[in-house]
Amino acid sequence: MGLQAIAFYVLAVVTVASAFGVTTARNPVHSVLFLILTFFTAAGLFVLLGAEFLAMLLVVVYVGAVAVLFLFVVMMLDVDFASLRAGFARYLPIGGAVAVFLLIEMILVSGAVAERGAAAHVKPLSGENISNTEAIGRVLYTDYLYDFQIAGLVLLVAMIGAIVLTLKHRPGIKRQTVADQTGRSVRGGLQVVQVKVGEGIAE
Amino acid sequence: MTAFLLQYLPILIFLGVAAALGVVFILAAWVLAPKHPDPEKISAYECGFNAFEDARMKFDVRFYLVSILFIIFDLEAAFLFPWATSLMHMPHGVAVFAFWSMMAFLFVLAVGFVYEWKKGALEWE
Amino acid sequence: MDFWTTPGGWTLITLGEIVLVMVGVLISLAFLLLADRKIWAGVQMRKGPNVVGPFGLLQSFADFFKFMLKEVIIPAGADRTTFLLAPLITFTLAFIGWAVVPFAPGWVVSNINVGILYLLAVSGLGVYGIIIGGWASNSKYPFLGALRSAAQMVSYEVSIGFVIITVVLLAGSMNLSAIVEHQAGWIWNWHAFRFPTLVIMLPMMGIFFFSALAETNRPPFDLTEAESELVAGFQVEYSSTPYLLFMIGEYCNIVLMCAMLSILFLGGWNPGVPVGFMASWPPALASLLLFVVFALKIVFWFFMFAMVKAIVPRYRYDQLMRLGWKVFLPTSLFAVALVAAWKVFGTA
Repeated sequence: MGLQAIAFYVLAVVTVASAFGVTTARNPVHSVLFLILTFFTAAGLFVLLGAEFLAMLLVVVYVGAVAVLFLFVVMMLDVDFASLRAGFARYLPIGGAVAVFLLIEMILVSGAVAERGAAAHVKPLSGENISNTEAIGRVLYTDYLYDFQIAGLVLLVAMIGAIVLTLKHRPGIKRQTVADQTGRSVRGGLQVVQVKVGEGIAE
Repeated sequence: MTAFLLQYLPILIFLGVAAALGVVFILAAWVLAPKHPDPEKISAYECGFNAFEDARMKFDVRFYLVSILFIIFDLEAAFLFPWATSLMHMPHGVAVFAFWSMMAFLFVLAVGFVYEWKKGALEWE
Repeated sequence: MDFWTTPGGWTLITLGEIVLVMVGVLISLAFLLLADRKIWAGVQMRKGPNVVGPFGLLQSFADFFKFMLKEVIIPAGADRTTFLLAPLITFTLAFIGWAVVPFAPGWVVSNINVGILYLLAVSGLGVYGIIIGGWASNSKYPFLGALRSAAQMVSYEVSIGFVIITVVLLAGSMNLSAIVEHQAGWIWNWHAFRFPTLVIMLPMMGIFFFSALAETNRPPFDLTEAESELVAGFQVEYSSTPYLLFMIGEYCNIVLMCAMLSILFLGGWNPGVPVGFMASWPPALASLLLFVVFALKIVFWFFMFAMVKAIVPRYRYDQLMRLGWKVFLPTSLFAVALVAAWKVFGTA
């Protein structure tokens, strides 16, 4: 038990510290690296709670996919970060207000969870010795059908949105059409012409 | 619970040992190898001439599109994992329902995929 | 109650296991690397390395010491911390995947329930070493190499994920030992050969193999380091042991992929005949024999990797993307639906 408590405090401290690092690092790439560390330690906290599937998912989806996109953007986008930083004082009141609201919300939610208010009607799957991946699988596709289908629709919207926002075709690109290439026959590609001396070919 | 966590502790130790070995390799070369840097040696490789500009430049937005599409399909795979694990262990009636539920989900994404294909988002230019 | 059941003893045993796995993998890598070069040479009717030791067997060790004695060059424009962090990430990630690989019955460092997802996560993170390395070098070729490889690895990981799901559907578990045990018995119980799903699983094995080639940046998908275009891709600016770490990490990932192919499709440690006759053997001897079976399968897949490198010409980038997104992705997704339908309606 002692080891578990130590692990929790170490992970929690690293999570908070690296989250702080995300906002304070001068170099945006270092910010993203801190963010990745935050995700990792959060995954560690999930493991401590016994939620191994969520922990792996956090690593696969957030570290393996979302953070890659972030890293792409900050590394390769030609943004002048010094000028972005200049507006710090101007946006401080708005940012501060948002932070205060978030803090209030988090306190309210934590209070509700502490009284088991938010999760009171949820029956934990117990008694059977099944892994938590399977426990999720048993309810997600049947009991929570609507939420699951809505998630699918959200993904569809995200897909279409990404294409609408970023896709633009450059004109004049030669593309390879495999069907045309392999469908070529001697008859269409080769022409035998009897050329008479001195006349050449009239095209 | 403790037995469960004891399965994860070795991974943490493994991470530490592997990282330590990597650091040892780098430090070993630092200690053993000569160090004579000169401006030519430590300049960026550029086929013989000096670099005109910073190497980090703007590039095609298509790379972003690929990684956004990857996130979406990765999430889709994330939804498939618990389904694949539990499908075999459900009563038959429930399994049939879960199967069609997932097919509906996949159909929605297949629509998105067809849209991508038709729009030419999967073509590389 | 003896020493080995106390926390201290447990830690010592675990550390011993980990060191054993790492040293074992490192030494096998040394010989597999040589095998790679020898096979390549054989296809081109050359002799390959044959000077250091008998048949060149010690070549990799000589190379190792040579790397150690070379100067670590850090380019002037590079971001020093991240420049050295990148190879370290690649190296570490390539090794921690082995923590969940079952070598023989009970021979596994960490037998977690979500083993296959863990391997998917670890192989997905491999892209970081490359992007960070390419960016930190602050040089044109590494930057372009990193960009290409990031998009490439990400594209093929999607199909790897879907192929893994077909296997999880068949085995009903994400625990690697359970997946291997599900294929126990005769050779036609292996996922690749089990009737009637072999119609789907054999092509899936092919898709996994080709995606693994792309995921590890091996020829014919080595566009990251296509010598004729990008010199050496993301590792142009690296020298000495930082380069060595990239190199070891790359080969370690390849062998890990070979291990995954063996576990998911070719029965892992199962020799293809029922192992009942080993019941009266000492357990250690039986496990050792099964471990050798598993190692032979890994060597077989590595041979395939080496042959592809020697025989197949390099893909062009648009062809690579088309293969990943337009062929492998829809095929594997369709296969997931087919396998699930067979599981639900075919086996009732």
